[in-house]
Amino acid sequence: MTPRGAAPWLRFSVALLLVGMFAALAWVLLGLPPRSAGLQPQVAAQMAVSGVDHPVTAVLLNFRGYDTLLEMAVLLLACLGVWSLSPAVPPTDETPGAMLAALPRQLVPLMVLMAGYLLWRGATGPGGAFQAGAVLGAAGVLLLLTGWRLPVRWQGWRLRLLLIAGVGMFVLVALAVVPASGVLLGYPLPVAGTLILLIEALAGLSIGVTLMALFLGGEPGASR
Amino acid sequence: MSVAVLYAVTGLGLFSLGLYALIVRAHLLRKILALNIMGSGVFLVLTALARRAPDGPPDPVPHAMVITGIVVAVAATALALVLLRRVVETTGQPRLPDPDSE
Repeated sequence: MTPRGAAPWLRFSVALLLVGMFAALAWVLLGLPPRSAGLQPQVAAQMAVSGVDHPVTAVLLNFRGYDTLLEMAVLLLACLGVWSLSPAVPPTDETPGAMLAALPRQLVPLMVLMAGYLLWRGATGPGGAFQAGAVLGAAGVLLLLTGWRLPVRWQGWRLRLLLIAGVGMFVLVALAVVPASGVLLGYPLPVAGTLILLIEALAGLSIGVTLMALFLGGEPGASR
Repeated sequence: MSVAVLYAVTGLGLFSLGLYALIVRAHLLRKILALNIMGSGVFLVLTALARRAPDGPPDPVPHAMVITGIVVAVAATALALVLLRRVVETTGQPRLPDPDSE
């Protein structure tokens, strides 16, 4: 076998099969009705009881809350997987140049502000926990790339608490609303908006910290 | 063919290209990249099909699925990269052992 991968005849037959698959699926796509509202009318009809004004946020945190809850759990699982496979990549002793050291000091506060704005904005427009978490995560990665190191006292239970805060708050709220509504994640209307904002705030924080922790490439402070 | 369907077919093309590389390439980093391209193709199909709503906003349900999907894809990629590093440390090669060559 060549080091580059499969043999030429194999590649050719795979390509042929995939062209067939592409053609069949494209035919299906072209045959779909050109105008279809999908689930948009159902979502629009229920917006009044969702507690927020933006349909995507309503779907994410209310109508399909289970999806988002389990997705937070998947994120935590991925982090556990990375930590169990190896200790964190040891930091280099290189000190960044003056420009590189100054850049994150200007950018990171702005990114934190941006994350807060996106989180708040999610109730009425595009935005929310995932966008805020992505910006926070990017800020963390930027810091790690420019020579910042996670302080040792933050590597223990503090980091773990931040990692589980999102999914933990989600589960707590899901259980806490059971006496009022009879079902998991069935937010009572008067407090739905507040509960969603509370979940989103901690979920955004957890997503950002998890993305940064994934970038560490392993468990910080662990030795092999 | 509407613009939405054109985008959807483009997404399908990305998915097919990614699947080809996933099957044919042996280097694990290429496989991880291929999986990411496949995922991007699926996201493009979902958002494009959501845009077919006759008037008013697009269908929010596929959008919500794409948002969660992107975060899961990033997390899965990080896990895959750490696994790749572990494979390289263990076998010295960035590819899975080939049973035929032994």
